[in-house]
Amino acid sequence: MAPPRHLLLLLLLGFLAAASLAFTLTAAVYEDQVGLADCALNYPEQGHNEPCLIGSRGRADVDGGAMASRWRREDATEARFTFNIWHQKYIGKVKQAVYHSQKSGRRRVVVLTEENVIASLDLRSGDIFWRHAIEKNDPVDELSLSLGKYVVTLSSGGSILRAWNLPDGQMIWETNLQVSKSSKPLLHVLSNNKVAKDNLVFVLAGRWIYAISSIDGVISWGKEFSLDGLDLKQIIQSPENDIVYAVGLAGSSKLNLYQLNAKTGETVKHIQESFPIALCGETILGSHNVLVALDETRSDLFLIELKGESISYNKVHISDLVQGLSGTVKLLPLMSNGVIALQASSTVSLLKLKGIDGLEVIQSFEQPAAVSDALTITEKDEAFAVVQHTGSEIEFVVKFTSDVTGEVIREKINIDQHRGNIQKVFLNNYIRTDKSHGFRALVVMEDHSLLLVQQGEVVWSREDGLASIVDVTTSELPIEKDGVSVANVEHNLFEWLKGHMLKLKGTLMLANADELAAIQAMRLKSSEKNKMTRDHNGFRKLLIVLTKAGKVIALHTGDGRIIWSNLLQSLRSSKSGEMPSALRICQWQVPHHRVMHENPSILIIGRSGADSAAPGVLSVLDSYSGEELNSLKLDHSVVQIIPLTVKDSSEHRLQLIVDSHSRAHLYPRSPDAMNVFLHEMPNTYLYTVDIETNVIRGHSLQKSCDNSDDEYCFSTKELWSIVFPSDTERIAISETRKMNEVVHAQAKIIADQDVMYKYLSKNLVFVATVSPKASGEIGSAAPEEAWLVAYLIDAVTGRILHRVTHHGAQGPVHAVVSENWVVYHYFNLRAHRFEMAVIEIYDQSRADNKDVMKLILGKHNLSAPITSYTRPEVMVKSQSYFFTFSVKAIAATQTAKGITSKQLLIGTIGDQVLALDKRFVDPRRSVNPTQQEKEEGIIPLTDALPIIPTSYLTHSLQVEALRGIVSIPSKLESTTLVFTYGVDLFYTQLAPSRTYDSLTDEFSYALLLITIAALVAAIVVTWIWSEKKELRDKWR
Amino acid sequence: MAARLLLLVLFAVVAACVGAAAAYQPGSAEGHTIAGRIKIDAASAIAKGFGLPAKTSNTKVILNGGQRVTFARPDGYFAFHNVPAGTHLIEVSSLGYLFSPVRVDISARNPGHIQAALTENRRVLNELVLEPLREEQYYEKREPFSIMSLLKSPMGMMLGFMVIMVFVMPKMMENIDPEEIKQAQEQMRNSPVPSFSGLLARANS
Repeated sequence: MAPPRHLLLLLLLGFLAAASLAFTLTAAVYEDQVGLADCALNYPEQGHNEPCLIGSRGRADVDGGAMASRWRREDATEARFTFNIWHQKYIGKVKQAVYHSQKSGRRRVVVLTEENVIASLDLRSGDIFWRHAIEKNDPVDELSLSLGKYVVTLSSGGSILRAWNLPDGQMIWETNLQVSKSSKPLLHVLSNNKVAKDNLVFVLAGRWIYAISSIDGVISWGKEFSLDGLDLKQIIQSPENDIVYAVGLAGSSKLNLYQLNAKTGETVKHIQESFPIALCGETILGSHNVLVALDETRSDLFLIELKGESISYNKVHISDLVQGLSGTVKLLPLMSNGVIALQASSTVSLLKLKGIDGLEVIQSFEQPAAVSDALTITEKDEAFAVVQHTGSEIEFVVKFTSDVTGEVIREKINIDQHRGNIQKVFLNNYIRTDKSHGFRALVVMEDHSLLLVQQGEVVWSREDGLASIVDVTTSELPIEKDGVSVANVEHNLFEWLKGHMLKLKGTLMLANADELAAIQAMRLKSSEKNKMTRDHNGFRKLLIVLTKAGKVIALHTGDGRIIWSNLLQSLRSSKSGEMPSALRICQWQVPHHRVMHENPSILIIGRSGADSAAPGVLSVLDSYSGEELNSLKLDHSVVQIIPLTVKDSSEHRLQLIVDSHSRAHLYPRSPDAMNVFLHEMPNTYLYTVDIETNVIRGHSLQKSCDNSDDEYCFSTKELWSIVFPSDTERIAISETRKMNEVVHAQAKIIADQDVMYKYLSKNLVFVATVSPKASGEIGSAAPEEAWLVAYLIDAVTGRILHRVTHHGAQGPVHAVVSENWVVYHYFNLRAHRFEMAVIEIYDQSRADNKDVMKLILGKHNLSAPITSYTRPEVMVKSQSYFFTFSVKAIAATQTAKGITSKQLLIGTIGDQVLALDKRFVDPRRSVNPTQQEKEEGIIPLTDALPIIPTSYLTHSLQVEALRGIVSIPSKLESTTLVFTYGVDLFYTQLAPSRTYDSLTDEFSYALLLITIAALVAAIVVTWIWSEKKELRDKWR
Repeated sequence: MAARLLLLVLFAVVAACVGAAAAYQPGSAEGHTIAGRIKIDAASAIAKGFGLPAKTSNTKVILNGGQRVTFARPDGYFAFHNVPAGTHLIEVSSLGYLFSPVRVDISARNPGHIQAALTENRRVLNELVLEPLREEQYYEKREPFSIMSLLKSPMGMMLGFMVIMVFVMPKMMENIDPEEIKQAQEQMRNSPVPSFSGLLARANS
């Protein structure tokens, strides 16, 4: 009986060994993946699990929690987290804020931001109650509250008026108004309820005035004044009767005052007054009947008194009032009780009106300072806040308009240096328990962050600069140093024991709330996924983002927390009022072998002005600490930035910056970089796409500039140009492959054992043009006059490799180029559906290299250098499919080695990200694929691409106002990191072909353990059996 | 830019009284109103335990791929005003539901005549009432733990095979002729280290 027993044991043991090996191998992977699991246990399902993900300061709304799983279970407390997902909600830089009235009891504020978002925030924590991101082409100008329950917004130059329900943000009504073009439409909600039963909302835009019922949005009356060039500026409500006054400027020097019946819109009286000097159009209401206007040169103030019957005015020289004003003078909006604020580039002055006889300077504040609007406290009195910088602190002063010299509150508040200067302040009051008035204020800083200050402290802050990301790059974290963790444990042995006691308590459900929070914090700190060191799989990285405000922020991929931030000095607006613009962020130094001890650094490129001809600015930051290592003001403009693939001996990435005179400048400016570059120069070509003139040009570089002794400057020579006939084609989009893309296989083996060689050229440029009539929006062109032409162009020679025309198609076009294929999205007017087309390009010249004999004997051209100069023989395959949605952005996944199959990441119109397998956009799909093709994985052709709900990366989250999708390869080949940004930020990990190189999340550890236990039991049992049997045999 | 001007609105009722305005806003008089309704069966969504409350507050209605965006009112109604004659596309974005885009034809010759059809399945709509094609389940349902799935998994099958080997093989051995076993045992003694393949071959014979 020996053989079967041996056989069994052998099998069992082998299996056991294999199983335990698998177990140990995957334990590490698992640890990385389950990081968040414990964290969300106490914050299941709904709500913001803020304490779990982000510290108390610098808050963001994080919806990670229970959604961070591909599954959603009813009992979410059991949800196990596998892939790491985080989602942060932002609103953007606040430009208007309206507080709820005291009576409503809710401490909320409604804000309007420069990202065109209206949102309701909790004043206690800064959480978002609700929010709407309105399209960019429908800019919201004004925001107001009506009846204490509606938020009224005026958008699109005064033509769309919407009312939103205050508690939940539901739109109640929308009214479209016929208005003439206006620079600044006005919205005015009648404050007292006497005029009509339904509270009226007045809209002033250009020559039009409307009164709209705020209950249902019905237009009560609308009126157009027939005066040419009239621009209505103010509406004044008379306190006694049903009369409203509308003040407008006609031309630039004729002031018109209309007296209107608020109920009917009838013009009761019209008075016109001409001024000797033109006015600049900036007017504010000084007190209930005095208007203050600036003249065209902004050197004089007009004080205009509006009496019922007539207009009288007085001129005041600003220079007589305030000495040494410089720069543009501005009137700050709305101050009443005869106090106005005048802003110049160096000071902010408070002035008191003395009738119309003159003005008196009360106080001047050095810039940067901000003055809030007046806030009604009592019937007669109003308060306002002035905030100014004193050293590293800000000073928050509240004054009453009745007694401007006195101060109600003077508080000093410490504010993070990296928030820059104060820009706006919105004052709010509350009643203290002793019935006195307390004040708090929302403060908008230069980096677009929003802070609530109260009692000399920052209660909460929101990092809303992250709503306007310009560019993204990544940086590796430092390598973990051996021994550090051990030393820490020994050092804090007591702490360690205490921690374990806490954890034990937690598991035994004995811990109270405080202890639970402590456990949370501890777990978060020690959590594998949030460590500040590099991990084996490359999941932990720093996402370094550049925001519109010129702030650089590093986010940890583990939980999205801010590691460091730096408001760049060179990108801050100067006193002369120039607004620098941030352009790009790219890797500057990625240390490898030789300079391992140095920290990696990043390069930020910007312009010192809004104009494209403005000189550029460069900044180099340390990626671990955010410190500015170097800052450089360029003497040339920045038009195009070309990161080169070569590095100098200190591992600096070489960058070429092309200026507006088509000269290329090399950075870093070191002889070493120069040597490296001179070597590469003959092979460096640039191309420019000029959308305005419809031309694509290719350039080569030539040694040194003509009229400059700057040796790092190179002149360019035009090599080729493609001029598109502007009467038939307009360039809609140009796209190239990502510089850092890795392609694994050059060849593709197709069904019948045949080989196709991919045409993999880094110089491939995809350009799409549309007919001029079709360059507008959908619905503006007929199918006959619309077409889209797609080109594949070699950027070195300007050779058009492929050209295809789609008749009856129009933009907007979105495209992605990867490997040897292009996928683009456009609108098909004939079918009236969106379409996605794919072009794959193959190299025909190498198609003969199939013979194995030839390969062995070396008679092949595989090792021949690929050059753009030889005429390529290419073969092109293409196909197109219907796609349901409009698209906001398309990207392709990128992995470390390019082995994993690709997925398209599509940002849909619903602000979600859909992952679509590239196999669905394979031009070799056919209606009836052969057996071989099926084996190869070709999907039968369908006319439309499928929308699979479970393949939404964002699941049930939305990345509000989605703008960009970035895919970053991790070290694990199967997995890529996806970062999506818009007003919101969203990060996830994605495995396009599932995690084939690590255990999937479906892997059942219980099953593995059970199997092992069963096997051990089986071994023991069989062993006992065989022993017994042997004994019996021996007795026999 | 023309489209921008066309944003200026014309209310069907007000149209008559603001005839003067139309004079300097050429084209706006031709504007039409597309009004419709979004119908989401709220009850079904909640009954299914989908978790996402069926709220219309975040339902956006998009005209021509983002040219204009409006929101649905509490009762589901929406309207685009002053839309020029031609063929337009309306998309509905509502989290948790898939809506088909709608092709809307506004005829220039026959004012007020509006034709609508779903582009996904070419269904013609008599009135502009938009219903979701389907609900979107963004999460996969996790398979509940069951013995069958345990047994069906590769490891379970291996375990099953093991059990069969343990219990059935000895029975099979008993059926073999004792002489043959003796022969085999002798052979075993001759070759002290039995080869795995040899054993298998023997067992088969």
